Amino acid sequence: MTSRGYKAADPVTKLVEELHKLPGIGPKSAQRLAYYLIRIPDGQSMELADAIAAVKQRIILCSCCANITDIDPCDIWGDTARDQTRICVVEEPLDVPTLERTGAFNGLYHVLHGVIAPMKGIGPDDLQIGGLLERLKGSAVEEVVLATNPNVEGEATSMFIHNLISPLGIRVTRPARGLPVGGDIEFADEVTLGRALEGRQEF
Amino acid sequence: MPTPRTYNTQGIVIKDMELGDADRIVTVYTPDRGKLRAVAKGARRIKSRKGGQLQPLTEVRISIVIGSTLDSITEVETVNSNRGLREDLGLLSQAIYVAELVDGFTADGAVNPREYELLSNILVALQVVEDTEQLMRYCEVQLLAMAGFGPEFGQCVECGIDLGPRDHLLSCVAGGLVGPECKASTGDPLIHLSMNSIKVLRFFQDVGWDQAQNLPLTGEIKSELKRVLAAYLAYVLDREPRSAGFVTQVAAMGKTDSGGPLGSTST
Repeated sequence: MTSRGYKAADPVTKLVEELHKLPGIGPKSAQRLAYYLIRIPDGQSMELADAIAAVKQRIILCSCCANITDIDPCDIWGDTARDQTRICVVEEPLDVPTLERTGAFNGLYHVLHGVIAPMKGIGPDDLQIGGLLERLKGSAVEEVVLATNPNVEGEATSMFIHNLISPLGIRVTRPARGLPVGGDIEFADEVTLGRALEGRQEF
Repeated sequence: MPTPRTYNTQGIVIKDMELGDADRIVTVYTPDRGKLRAVAKGARRIKSRKGGQLQPLTEVRISIVIGSTLDSITEVETVNSNRGLREDLGLLSQAIYVAELVDGFTADGAVNPREYELLSNILVALQVVEDTEQLMRYCEVQLLAMAGFGPEFGQCVECGIDLGPRDHLLSCVAGGLVGPECKASTGDPLIHLSMNSIKVLRFFQDVGWDQAQNLPLTGEIKSELKRVLAAYLAYVLDREPRSAGFVTQVAAMGKTDSGGPLGSTST
């Protein structure tokens, strides 16, 4: 039996194609989302379209920290109640709300927008490192927390930035490596457990 | 009898890439199965037991279940974390460069236990030797030879005559030195190579690191070897290794930052 070659209407096909380009969306999910969007009331789908358009039109990078914002400087850098002497350096804008949820850091942030990945051809010049150094020179900043991911690329990025900041005489720290809350020691890997033991604290 | 669906092996992680929300595809170089790629499910989650052990440059024992498209790693045990490499940016950049060369020179599944042994030894040696630049040049020469791209230094690659002990010209396209009579016929840009550098390259091709590390090299020879091998590697790989620029950048930082953590780097 041969297929009759059914083809959806062009706008539907186009929508499926566009949704399929999103991360984590396979062809079936793209199709399901497209038909869902067709079914929902006009107002709801237009709100989604407007939200996407607004993100592209209004979002800028903060001139102080390179975080994604719609006002410059961003809310965090504009907040004088925050500790202006500490800057936490993160890889991606998504890391900022994650760290903010901890409530343990009241300083400012700087977003690198990536990580040094030599094998992928991503070098320091492709990241927002220059802006950070400019901001640190002659500033009142006392501590820079390098909160890159604890993997090879994150460590390489942190060491590179550390080497650049060292001559400025600013204290450079990084989050402790250790056991996740709620985990079992039995299942911890040797590398993490080793670091956790090295960084043990007085009880 | 049905084919077993799982196997165990040992290898060095040479590359990784993110997959989906929390998974990672790792490329592992093994002595018995060559270069293999497998998915480490959930490896990017903070509580993953696999994530910390499947970092590039780590030597691991792994259990793998064969999948329809990609195999999956089910268990990992660290053999050597090569931790010293991760604590010094100069060493890390060079180790990443070595891993990239191994990745570039090997095809999936091509088995070469000697190359595995070389990679394992180089990563360990990087953490102990003082002159990492000499180690890098030795590693380049050995990897080229093991991959079948080792340049010919004894005879002219065009006419086959024995070449005497003097300066010669290297042809990347022809894969070795060309004699004075043949230099016009090769057609590609030739690289001048001094007699002493030719001797060092031949020596590096023939001996183990235990002997190669004792050979005293002048700064002039080192810089000539670096320049010539970089050009030859770029031709064989069809591009400059991506991490080469980073190695140079980090080394330049080390020179201006005397006494810092990059003090051991001299590349």
